[in-house]
Amino acid sequence: MTSPFKNAAELEKHQKQLQGQKQLPSTIAVCTSGCVAYGANRLVDAFTKAVKSRKIGDQVRIIATGCQGFCERGPLVVVHPQEWFYEKVDGKDINDILDSALKGKVLKRLLHKDAKGKTYQKESEVPFYRNQKRLLLAQNSRIDPCSIDDYLRAGGYAALAKALTKMAPEEVIEQITASGLRGRGGGGFPAGVKWKSCRAAASKNGVRYIICNADEGDPGAFMDRALIEGNPHSVIEGMIIGAWAVGHPGKPQGFVYIRNEYPLAVERLGIALEQARAAGLLGKNILGSGLNFDIQVNRGGGAFVCGESTALMASIEGDVGRPRAKHIHTVEVGLNGKPSNLNNVETWANVPLIIDHGVKWFTKIGTGDVSDNPWGGSKGTKIFALVGKVKNTGLVEVPMGATLREIIYDIGGGIRDGKKFKAVQTGGPSGGCLPESKLDVPVDFDTLVQEGSMMGSGGMIVMDEDTCMVDVAKYFVGFLKFESCGNCTSCRDGLIRLHELLEDITTGRGSEATIQLIEDLAETVRASSLCALGTSAVNPLQSTLRYFRDEYLAHVQDQRCPAKVCKELITFTIDAKKCNGCTLCAKRCPQDTIEGKKKKPYTIIQDNCIKCGICMDVCQQDAVIVQ
Amino acid sequence: MPIRFKINDVAVEAKPGEGLLDVARRNGFSIPSLCHLESVPAIGACRICLVEVRRGRRSKLTTSCNYEVLDGIEVSTDSPEIRRHRAMNLELLLARAPSSEAIRKLAAQYGVSQPRFGPIKYNPLPNCILCELCVRACTELGHHALTTVGRGDRKRIGLPFNKPADTCVGCGACASVCPTHCIPMTDTLTKRAIWGQKHDFVRCSECGAPVITKKHRDHAIATKGLPEDYYDVCQSCKQIATSQRFAAIVW
Repeated sequence: MTSPFKNAAELEKHQKQLQGQKQLPSTIAVCTSGCVAYGANRLVDAFTKAVKSRKIGDQVRIIATGCQGFCERGPLVVVHPQEWFYEKVDGKDINDILDSALKGKVLKRLLHKDAKGKTYQKESEVPFYRNQKRLLLAQNSRIDPCSIDDYLRAGGYAALAKALTKMAPEEVIEQITASGLRGRGGGGFPAGVKWKSCRAAASKNGVRYIICNADEGDPGAFMDRALIEGNPHSVIEGMIIGAWAVGHPGKPQGFVYIRNEYPLAVERLGIALEQARAAGLLGKNILGSGLNFDIQVNRGGGAFVCGESTALMASIEGDVGRPRAKHIHTVEVGLNGKPSNLNNVETWANVPLIIDHGVKWFTKIGTGDVSDNPWGGSKGTKIFALVGKVKNTGLVEVPMGATLREIIYDIGGGIRDGKKFKAVQTGGPSGGCLPESKLDVPVDFDTLVQEGSMMGSGGMIVMDEDTCMVDVAKYFVGFLKFESCGNCTSCRDGLIRLHELLEDITTGRGSEATIQLIEDLAETVRASSLCALGTSAVNPLQSTLRYFRDEYLAHVQDQRCPAKVCKELITFTIDAKKCNGCTLCAKRCPQDTIEGKKKKPYTIIQDNCIKCGICMDVCQQDAVIVQ
Repeated sequence: MPIRFKINDVAVEAKPGEGLLDVARRNGFSIPSLCHLESVPAIGACRICLVEVRRGRRSKLTTSCNYEVLDGIEVSTDSPEIRRHRAMNLELLLARAPSSEAIRKLAAQYGVSQPRFGPIKYNPLPNCILCELCVRACTELGHHALTTVGRGDRKRIGLPFNKPADTCVGCGACASVCPTHCIPMTDTLTKRAIWGQKHDFVRCSECGAPVITKKHRDHAIATKGLPEDYYDVCQSCKQIATSQRFAAIVW
């Protein structure tokens, strides 16, 4: 970067210059997002050191990227330009990778192998990636998130230049509306419609707030984190375009509300904002368009409820983060009483793509028809955090309308350890659990709601036959009773009581009356709570009651947990025919409650058994039975 | 321009920005609630004032206290569905505050006499239903000596930073607005004990009865511009003195 761009032509010139520059023969991209947990930072250091000591800095560039997606196989390394995909890379592999990059010969032993033993060279050939449609995540394994030049070289900020020089704000809004882009935070509200109302809302001094919700609190979800850690400029670019469309020629001001538990995302976002300011893409008279706009970062304090828009705004104002009634929408009266346009990270990241490639291109992807009704379908792609009992866990991006089966089996590789699929929970803690019969349901905003779940922000937790659905419902209700702001009787006390009642069922104290009470109470929690946390909190509960009622009944009628999870309802015994008296279980039992003589069958004394299952895990004869 | 709309098919008028519950009550409609006072901001905590609001084709259940009235809405204050959810919320509150007379009475009207839930596990202020009237009254009076602490199942009413607040003047507004009378406040002739503090009373110079806490008097005189001797004599002695003056004039 040299000096701030005064206009779009300067930006374009710089971009052309960057694209014309000769690249080093090899770029080695190391995932430093989730892979950090596997020691990826040490890999980057070791690579950098090796490049320095071998004096090959003029041939190889090492970059630390955001999440590349295939978390299951981390640490991940991709070698460009060949796009060689290496998995489970270790410090010992560094010199081999460097050698192979220098020679231009692929390093076979680190390539991905499928179940049949077939190897794949390129990232885009690996089944996990091949079945995805990576638009938002396309740059994640290619660019250094801390380099604005990388983003510019990949065509970044071209959409901003286009919007600011060739499109009137109203025109941008029309395009976003026509694209059918709907809120990726979970609500699915058409972004263009929201922008239009916010632009139309009265503001005495012209202040309008452009807010990015990066308070991603769903357990097991990391879509927004990956976008900010991997490609922060795409989010910033979307927000600047939003400021142009919603707030120009007034005084738009930007906020990113990001959870402080994402230190790397906070850091990289801060770096990107500094770079954008230095490049004149934030600040006064952006690209000579007359738009004045800057973005401030607010770090959240850890409350899940602050992901709710009004609670988030209260938190930015410095108040306790708790929702207020939205009879008057925040686009009219939001942060500090001003019109406020809040969108999720992923929504903002979609904006430059739409402006860049056009409505036609975007509406080709996805379901339904949005040509005269932005609610008419779900367009574009959606990122999901695919986790749980699936073989290939990671971050996946698919076109709207992909089926659950495609995501779980084609991309996710099916269920781990040869077990049977039982349910998939979409939409975070307030989403519903869908059974096998719903696997061919297309994943879009409206269908998921119809089936008793929701899109949410993109959590997707796969469960196998060893999962007790009552226990699952109890877990999520327990999470939300802790995270409720506590304002409404129905949400606060309702969830406390639902958790108690579910506890009754999982401990064998429940009856059919318990189930009836749960159903009635869940109805009240849904119908009479103020914000979406309360009204959707019972989704996991109601959906499991709808699709897995027999499991609830087994708990209360036969005092039996079919998945053998609920401790009070199971017993561990030793099959005398299989036990060879190896003593392993007796040695490991923390309660010393397994007795017997060496080389003779052992028995578990039930009174002291705490059902920890260690005996079952250590037995090599499969002699421990759980009933 | 007044706002015009219907409650139970009866046309009513209101000023823009008014809360639905206030307008309904003013027009003689009875809607139960536990956490609402006209003098403090509505937050919709107890969920008992639920009503159904129809706006165009859309209809939804909402609490009436924090619903700003709109032109053309159609409100229904009672229906089997509303009663069912009010009853369930009352059952939850009764389990939280089993010895509150006010809640027992209201719950009984909705057919709830014995909650199906046991005693609440965490409620450091017994019978408190977390309606926050105390906090809102204290804040509205400008003292900010009370707050909510925590969230979810660990939410409670407490003192900022868990310390008796300097700004507490011992006015007792919190205790008097509490619908379940759960805030401990003990008065003797000379002192009032509340929220871990003891406040000296100003005693009536005529009869010796406690008039107001000294701190509250100082605060009120300083902020309201009252004469220095305003609280020297209690209200009833002031009335006696006035009537005696009257008597002297008349007879």
